[in-house]
Amino acid sequence: MPIKSIRQAINETLKNEMRRDSTIVVIGEDVAGGAGSDGIDDAAGGVFGVTKGLVGEFGRERVIDTPITEAGFIGMAAGAACTGLRPVVELMFVDFIGVCFDQVFNQTAKFRYMFGGKSETPLVIRSMVGAGIGAAAQHSHMLHPLLASVPGLKVALPSNAYDAKGLLLTAIRDNDPVIFLEHKLLYDMKCEVPDEDYLIPFGQAAFTREGDDITLVSMSNMVLNCNQVADNLAKDGINADVIDLRTVSPIDEGAVLESVEVSGRLLIVDEASERCSMASEISSIVAEKAFKSLRAPIAKVTAPHTPVPFTPTLEKLYVPSVERIEQAARMTLEA
Amino acid sequence: MALQEKDLLRAYRLMSTIRQFESRVDTEFQQGNIPGFVHDYSGQEAVATGACMHLTKDDYVGSTHRGHGHCIAKGCDIKGMMAEIMGRSTGLCRGKGGSMHIADINQGMLGANAIVGGAPPLAIGAALSAKTLGTKNVSLSFTGDGGSNQGTVFESMNLAVVLQLPTIFMFENNGYGEHTAAKYAVGSGDIAGRAAGFGMPAKRVDGLDFFAVYDAVGEAVERARSGGGPSAIEASAVRFGGHFIGDPQLYRGEGEHERNRRDNDCIKIFSKKVISEKMLKKSQLNSVDKEIAQLIDTAVEEGLSAPWPSAEELLTDVYSNY
Repeated sequence: MPIKSIRQAINETLKNEMRRDSTIVVIGEDVAGGAGSDGIDDAAGGVFGVTKGLVGEFGRERVIDTPITEAGFIGMAAGAACTGLRPVVELMFVDFIGVCFDQVFNQTAKFRYMFGGKSETPLVIRSMVGAGIGAAAQHSHMLHPLLASVPGLKVALPSNAYDAKGLLLTAIRDNDPVIFLEHKLLYDMKCEVPDEDYLIPFGQAAFTREGDDITLVSMSNMVLNCNQVADNLAKDGINADVIDLRTVSPIDEGAVLESVEVSGRLLIVDEASERCSMASEISSIVAEKAFKSLRAPIAKVTAPHTPVPFTPTLEKLYVPSVERIEQAARMTLEA
Repeated sequence: MALQEKDLLRAYRLMSTIRQFESRVDTEFQQGNIPGFVHDYSGQEAVATGACMHLTKDDYVGSTHRGHGHCIAKGCDIKGMMAEIMGRSTGLCRGKGGSMHIADINQGMLGANAIVGGAPPLAIGAALSAKTLGTKNVSLSFTGDGGSNQGTVFESMNLAVVLQLPTIFMFENNGYGEHTAAKYAVGSGDIAGRAAGFGMPAKRVDGLDFFAVYDAVGEAVERARSGGGPSAIEASAVRFGGHFIGDPQLYRGEGEHERNRRDNDCIKIFSKKVISEKMLKKSQLNSVDKEIAQLIDTAVEEGLSAPWPSAEELLTDVYSNY
């Protein structure tokens, strides 16, 4: 089977879907780049090259470079989604949701309900999340908990290239607005990705490690750290379930509860700040629905309640590390 | 674009429908038959009508919080609208939207919008659909003088020019954004001039004059349909009522209200012109009024006797699947 990076998997999926369905358009800042300039066309292909080559095949009518006006073009994409197009719009960094949040939560997310179920909004908003490259406070936030709290939105955040393809296909073909969050540290992560189409249903978590002794729940980049911790624990004969939620709206409660009912020990790892995070959400679900299965207090490892710091030494402390996660796991196992 | 008798009758019918609908909504609201709060469009009928008469069912309109008039002019069902405003299950949006979110996508109505400056981004999106799909449809957004100051509106105008979208920015300057005068809040005092600054043809028209609105929008729609890109129109209008029904309107000057009703009533101005120039007979207008009064009576009766949405409706329509 071919090996592909997340960047390649997303790029290929966009291309294949645009070939299949002429109503799909890609909209965003520098999704091609070079518009109106004297240099080359497709000068950017997205700031991290994820949409490279699309404009060459589909032209500027379907790969639309916008001015830097997120509220305007996200709103435009929402209006287009209600009227016959299936836009895949790129919000370069999820932090920029601040300038266009009204278009997302007040317009896009509420249309179907406000209109009594008589509309569909097949809109995908792709955006980049996460710390780790010194991009500092306004280009590094994990905002999936905020977005997952909005009724009407679905939120997917893949941790590997296989899931990136399957989740993006589902997102594009879904008739509801989907926020698709790509962690900037993961673009070059590679794995086997089939060439043919496959859909990964939303609300279906994946077990990336299996074991009965403890349940580790996470998503996006933190899945990699949890896998590492599980492998470290395995050397001591401790076996962990690692659950990659893959979507945080909807949430696969069943997978989490089933695992906790066996292990009795739960550690949730989230790169978002702790307050109102997915860690607190999963913790609440398990406390309500599987309290009697718990043999130790629920543990959480998250980012602190601070903006993302710039300097590498502090940024490293901000993101939950393998060491912190392993330490929390061992404490939970001993409790 | 000479208007035939049937067009003039249609224009009058739409304007009379809006006026009578709003007046009845006011009454029903005062009697406690309408929950929430309501923004009355009375006085601005010539703008919605003059604009929407150029649009087909497949063209799209984005509206404001003061959206009943736009909905009626775009062809939304009167009974469905009344039931919606009353919160009943037979409403256009099954009672889940209400006055500020009345929508009927199948009728090209993208919705009243309770966020000021909400319509232009959505309307340019509909224009992007039309352009990309090659349908020759156009979109038109209504924005008030208050909304004209919003960033989303500026961004939309710029995007529409950059992408050459088939859309019309229709600004209704009724002199007040909520309780504050437009001459205070619109920095340049010139909404059309600001639009022109974005690089599109922009005009100011007398919004009390149906014919002036009709001609200006006709030209803009023609330009959009033939690939000539966006236009903007600023129509000066008069809001008969307050910001919302029940607004004490302390910001009005002495005699302003009476003067407006007496001298600045777009329907009176229209009627006087079509009768004096022998385009229509008074009897024709009267019979339209009667017919509409009956329709609205029925809409209210049916609305009041329609069931409230069932408890299960609370949870439906959030997603198409979840």
